[in-house]
Amino acid sequence: MIRSEILREIAPILKDQLIVCNIGIPSQELHAIMDQPSNFYMLGTMGLASSIGLGVALAQDKTVISIDGDGSVLTNLGTLPTIGNNCPDNYILMIIDNGSYGSTGDQPTYTGRKTDLAGMARAAGCDNVVEVQDVDTGKALQEALDSKKGTVMIVKCDSGNAKMPVITMDPVIIKDRFMKAIAS
Amino acid sequence: MNIDKKITDDLVANDVSFVTTVPCKQLAGVIEEIDQRDEIFHIPSNKEDEGMGLCAGAFMGGKRSAIIMQNTAIGVTINTLATLTQFYRMPLPMIISYRGELREPVACQVEMAVHTKALLAQMHIPTYHFHWQKDVEEFDNILKYTFMCNKPVAILTDANFWGGYGDQ
Repeated sequence: MIRSEILREIAPILKDQLIVCNIGIPSQELHAIMDQPSNFYMLGTMGLASSIGLGVALAQDKTVISIDGDGSVLTNLGTLPTIGNNCPDNYILMIIDNGSYGSTGDQPTYTGRKTDLAGMARAAGCDNVVEVQDVDTGKALQEALDSKKGTVMIVKCDSGNAKMPVITMDPVIIKDRFMKAIAS
Repeated sequence: MNIDKKITDDLVANDVSFVTTVPCKQLAGVIEEIDQRDEIFHIPSNKEDEGMGLCAGAFMGGKRSAIIMQNTAIGVTINTLATLTQFYRMPLPMIISYRGELREPVACQVEMAVHTKALLAQMHIPTYHFHWQKDVEEFDNILKYTFMCNKPVAILTDANFWGGYGDQ
């Protein structure tokens, strides 16, 4: 499965959840598959989806799911110790690990070679780290939600992108409706 | 006047309850003061752009946030300031130790100091420079201004403001 197929499959679980989604094609795919006010799309700033999601989770009680990628986590590796040492029970970091920089032409990342993100997350202090194959994403995500424990998910899947339109929504509108969804 | 306490008191009075920090020797006192205050959740960052991501999230989650860091961080965070904090219009007070200014003992610090105000000006970031201890009296107004205009705002605090480097 590629990322867009996973997103399509887990869309019913993501409905009405607070979601912070990674820059580029992941946000475009999520936007096309299931736009909702509680989705925060990153239009720039590669690497910070996990940090923004953690900030939202620490500031209020609703569950937050950050949908991140292996390339973006690799560019902000300092996020893993911060999550490991501060992770609240309402935070799920789901790293779609397709071993490539999808938005820039599928150049390989190091997770497709020797680097093990699950091992790095555990070593950084993250208590609940689960590594799953693409077909098991929905089950694992539902279990993470039901457990009400902070969780880092590494979802191993194939490299590839769906052709989706660029998000043209104004960033201030994305922010405003996300904040209203949080406050509702 | 205890400037560490004054800065922390003003943060609390302006309802800033989420602060991330990347340390600097000059900032050690204010970081310690913030860490001890029940009204503020203090979360250290490993890098300043990561910290700005945390602050953006906390702000959207309903908490006023602030970052404390060195001016070298301006070199690290230009993209984040432009594409996250400014693009989405979020307020962010940035309390910045202004290394490489008068009374600086480390020559390399001057190399970023000479670019700091130019970079902030290029980014159209409102910038204040605390050189004398009495300058801290402006801090309360700067915080109110930041949350009024929804912009990142820089407060540069140099070695003279912090009382020099002691025996260094």
